[in-house]
Amino acid sequence: MSEQHRSVTLTVNGRTHQFDVPVRRLLSDAIRHDVGLTGTHVGCEHGVCGACTVLMDGRPVRSCLLFAVSADGAAITTVEGLAAADGTRHPVQQAFTECHALQCGFCTPGFLTTIAAALEDNSHPSEEQAEEIISGNLCRCTGYQNIKAAVLRAAELKRAAG
Amino acid sequence: MKPPAFTYHAPESLDEALGVLAEVGEDGKVLAGGQSLVPILNMRLAAPAHLVDINRVAGLSTVDTNDTSVTVGATARHTDVELDDAAYGVQPLLRQALRLVAHPVIRNRGTTVGSLAHADPAGEMTAVLALTRGSVRITSGSGSRNVDATDFFVGPLECCLRAGEMVESATFPAFPAGTGSAFIEVARRHGDYALCGVAAAVTVLDGAVSAARAAYISVGPTPLLVDLTDAVAGGAVSGGAVSGADWAAAGRLAQSQVSPEADIHSTASYRRHLVGVLTARALAEAAAAAAPTHSLPLRRSG
Amino acid sequence: MTQIFGEPITRREDARLTTGRGRFLDDLGRHALAAAFVRSPHAHARVREIDVTAPLDVEGLIGIYTYDDLDGPLAEPLPLLIPHPTLTAGRTAYPLANGIVRHVGEPIAMVVATDRYVAEDVAGLIEVTYEPLPPVVGLTASRDGDLLVHDDLPDNVAAHLMQQTGDVDAELAAAPNTVTFTQTIERSASMPLEGRGVYARWDAQDDSLRVYSSTQTSTSVRAAIAAKLELSPGKVEVIAPDVGGGFGVKIVHPWPEELLIPWAARLLDREVKWVEDRREHFISSAHERGQIQDITAGYDDEGRLLALDVRIWHDHGAYTPYGIIVPIITSTQLLGPYKPRAYRCAIDSMYTNTVIVTPYRGAGRPQGCFAMERTMDRIADALGLDRAVVRERNLIQPDEFPYDQGLTFQDGRPLIYDSGDYPESLRMIRELVGWDDFETVRSQAAAEGRTVGIGMACYVEGTGVGPYEGGHVQVENSGRVLVSTGLTSQGQGHETVFAQIVAQELGVPLDDVVVTTGDTRRFGYAVGTFASRAAVMSGNAVALAARNVRAKALRIAADALECSVDDLDIIDGVVQVKGDPSAAMALSTVAVLSNPLRYAFDNAARAATQFAPRADPLRAPVDEDDEPGLENRDYYSPIRSTFASGMHSAVVEIDRDTCETKILRYAVVHDCGNLINPMIVEGQIHGGVAQGVGGALYEVMHYDEHGQLLNASFMDFLMPYATEIPHIETAHLQTPSPLNPLGIKGAGEAGVIPGSACLASAIEDALGVRISAMPVSPSDLFELLATDPERTRRGSR
Repeated sequence: MSEQHRSVTLTVNGRTHQFDVPVRRLLSDAIRHDVGLTGTHVGCEHGVCGACTVLMDGRPVRSCLLFAVSADGAAITTVEGLAAADGTRHPVQQAFTECHALQCGFCTPGFLTTIAAALEDNSHPSEEQAEEIISGNLCRCTGYQNIKAAVLRAAELKRAAG
Repeated sequence: MKPPAFTYHAPESLDEALGVLAEVGEDGKVLAGGQSLVPILNMRLAAPAHLVDINRVAGLSTVDTNDTSVTVGATARHTDVELDDAAYGVQPLLRQALRLVAHPVIRNRGTTVGSLAHADPAGEMTAVLALTRGSVRITSGSGSRNVDATDFFVGPLECCLRAGEMVESATFPAFPAGTGSAFIEVARRHGDYALCGVAAAVTVLDGAVSAARAAYISVGPTPLLVDLTDAVAGGAVSGGAVSGADWAAAGRLAQSQVSPEADIHSTASYRRHLVGVLTARALAEAAAAAAPTHSLPLRRSG
Repeated sequence: MTQIFGEPITRREDARLTTGRGRFLDDLGRHALAAAFVRSPHAHARVREIDVTAPLDVEGLIGIYTYDDLDGPLAEPLPLLIPHPTLTAGRTAYPLANGIVRHVGEPIAMVVATDRYVAEDVAGLIEVTYEPLPPVVGLTASRDGDLLVHDDLPDNVAAHLMQQTGDVDAELAAAPNTVTFTQTIERSASMPLEGRGVYARWDAQDDSLRVYSSTQTSTSVRAAIAAKLELSPGKVEVIAPDVGGGFGVKIVHPWPEELLIPWAARLLDREVKWVEDRREHFISSAHERGQIQDITAGYDDEGRLLALDVRIWHDHGAYTPYGIIVPIITSTQLLGPYKPRAYRCAIDSMYTNTVIVTPYRGAGRPQGCFAMERTMDRIADALGLDRAVVRERNLIQPDEFPYDQGLTFQDGRPLIYDSGDYPESLRMIRELVGWDDFETVRSQAAAEGRTVGIGMACYVEGTGVGPYEGGHVQVENSGRVLVSTGLTSQGQGHETVFAQIVAQELGVPLDDVVVTTGDTRRFGYAVGTFASRAAVMSGNAVALAARNVRAKALRIAADALECSVDDLDIIDGVVQVKGDPSAAMALSTVAVLSNPLRYAFDNAARAATQFAPRADPLRAPVDEDDEPGLENRDYYSPIRSTFASGMHSAVVEIDRDTCETKILRYAVVHDCGNLINPMIVEGQIHGGVAQGVGGALYEVMHYDEHGQLLNASFMDFLMPYATEIPHIETAHLQTPSPLNPLGIKGAGEAGVIPGSACLASAIEDALGVRISAMPVSPSDLFELLATDPERTRRGSR
């Protein structure tokens, strides 16, 4: 007996995709396999590690805890969509490189989307706020020192860009 | 860790939702925020045949505030309740507790009503409902009923919802005038479930403590409400500081009321010990907040 | 020529990793079939029957396989790597259970389906009939021997090993003072953010196999697959793609899945991929750290360690596929920077019905450090001496190098420390953390009603263990320099660091150098990334290869420019006569000239003809001892390991009411010889410290008495977030290694080694209560304070 399928329309990084999925397909899997953007990573599938974080209508959410069908019609931003149209990297991507805020890179997309969204709301975070911004994502490689520094540096770059 | 198959429904009106729920009965689960339900499905700890996604039902995502209470609709996100200044003005305990619920990204999708219905003994909002003497509006195809917090939470992860019913909204009344509140918890990591948590409300009249109550999470199967007034009544409050109120006695009184259990993160005696410590701290903080100029700045963390 | 080696250059890897263009295992093989496994829910059971009828109609099912489907070498137990004379009772599992399972998570059946959702559905419908057997859980139960993990091993002992130097019994008998105590460390695990994964493609046209695996050793996985699937190694390619962290767990090979997935791909003539989920990682990969330690130390009134007698029981889990390398490392690295007159370490490596134990960053060193450093603390406490002073009195001095500890290290070679300056490290850490003034800090805090404490721990780490690594450097006609090495990368920045080395050696711009790691198609002989060896091994290998390329380039250029080799230098990719920049040729041109061909394929080749020397009829175009091409392959094989070292100190504050521990300061002094890229080294230290903090305060595998892992998820296995990790202050000391051309030592594991020892010391200092078990949670501290055992007498606290 066949599973129930539904048609889903997602606008991902500005491009609209329509496809059929089994209703239980997680948004993380739909982004990676149906839309074909593999920058969003899956680390736990229970919402704790944050590697799967994408922006849904501008707000960071755990894509492993959403069904694709629940996101039907939404505008999704993934790590691939953070750079500008001309390819200029987002300040947070630039800052991560400058500050050596990544090593293996697996957790990185989840941090980048979360921080990018946070900087929209708060252009001048304090050190304490920078820590709060990254406090929901796990990283096993960096010990977080440089990620915290990258939040502050990203804010600096973003302010300078105007 | 992929979820098992289910039949998916996405009603767009409350009537439609209730119709589906009536049809699927015991075989259906409501999907609101999903931050508790989806991990359970991904781990295959449950396999409901039907999921009723209520996120598209019109009119359920509101946060309505009047002079006496805050009413939160079924699909209002934790973040929306947390950031709502009008709600904060009438019942500051909401924001005080919500800041401690998981992490901001989880709060962006998780719903306050959903976490109440989930009835996790460690869920902060259950204590808020209990302490504010709040209630939920339970609706089905045959009508609605209001259920008080005391009757709503039945056991660990169990509320009094019957098949075909859903929680349409939750109402959190304001505290009496002159009441300050606080929510304090101890968790292993920032954002984790609390090993012990206390919501406290202290009413100060004419410079003296006239009432003190607290609700506890993680130390019993459901949130435990304790009246601590006898232990602390009469303590003088001035300039935000309280003298003569024996917060420690309140802590001991609370300790005698709780029945904590041991788990991999904590012994029962440590939990009981925390009840004493956190009661004293929460009451002191709540009493200090009873001063009229106190306000909690909005946390900007994205 | 700009200095490149030693500079904190930002990483080349970041361009793709910050833009979502990494290629991790699950990013590959979009159309591959998916695998899932039925794994044992019992810690110990006979498998009586496997009934696969229920899921046979599931749409999308391709196949279900059990042990009975395996044949040839695949039906034999998995290999036992790293045999050791003392490992007389090594045991390994079968790729799929052969009638018995010995830990929750052991694989029993493999399902292949169109996608993972379906595969999990099928796995859930397969009905296995078990006859549960009583499980052995924990070291005490294993030691007692009432129940057995393996029927034929009556004492549950896999190996009994002993390292000793001097006469411990005599020294103890003669020692003015002795102390005896027991302590324990609980299990944790590597827990990389990306789990394991294998993706295999079989080419039926040419009977060859390509396998991608999220592994720390692609060459060894290739060898294992070739052997087990009875293929010639030349017909098997293994590639490690971008790997999302390893920390040791991905050095184990072959995992059952690394054999079964390629086997299925060949059987089905379809691409097959397996990507483990987090629960699988918890219950079927590997753990490490669990030990019980009985320690007796003899010391004089100055605090000098005369004799150290250590008896350890090491929990190895259900099988020993990776040998007993972890306890061997504990027994040798336990000595740290000290020189006790006599030392004996006897270790029983025990079986339990739990997940296997294989190296996790530190690989036995943290446990050894815990034993030695807590001994130092006890000696100081007993004598009323400063803990730093006691350590100072026991340190190997700078003029004593090379220092022979009289033991055999994990590489089978003598444990001889090559270089270091431990007294200077101690001076630096005391200064960095303000050790000598801490009593002022303590009284100030006490005046504010706060309880603080300070701790310290020192370690020595053998790094750069052999047997070898190789490097290949090739200058293409375009001027691009291709570098490859067989070992792998999991975030250490090898693409940057090895490029720095080659760019410096060869004299080319960094951007011209491209590095590939972990791909058997590009480099076939390698060992792997573990034991803090990559920079030392492959770094030196690529340096040697680059030097050879440079020498050849100069020879060819000298010939063409009609000058002497000594007149030439290579600057920014151009070979030029010193002092006469007009007499020059691009390295790309040299590359063309190095390959005497009749045909000029491209502009570079045509342009080079102007330099081509007139043919000498008395010489062959390619000399007897030469080869075409501007490339070289060389290997570095060390005479023995090179020893890095360091010292950590932490200041903690304990909330007296909630018993929560907050780390106020964490200071690190670190010596890994010459630094290739200081920014990358610091990153490694930060990551290690975070794992050290995790292991000291948060992480433990909670097994119940039935052998069920109660916290097999990130919700209950508490890896630290940013909020749990303090600011880390570092200072560097560089005592170059005399053993390798670059003078470098390994840096990969250092950060984690002294974490538990350092924090136990600090918490004990704060509270005056003995800390003998790690990790320690607020609940643990509360219970310790409540029962008030062995309260130390230290001033007014």
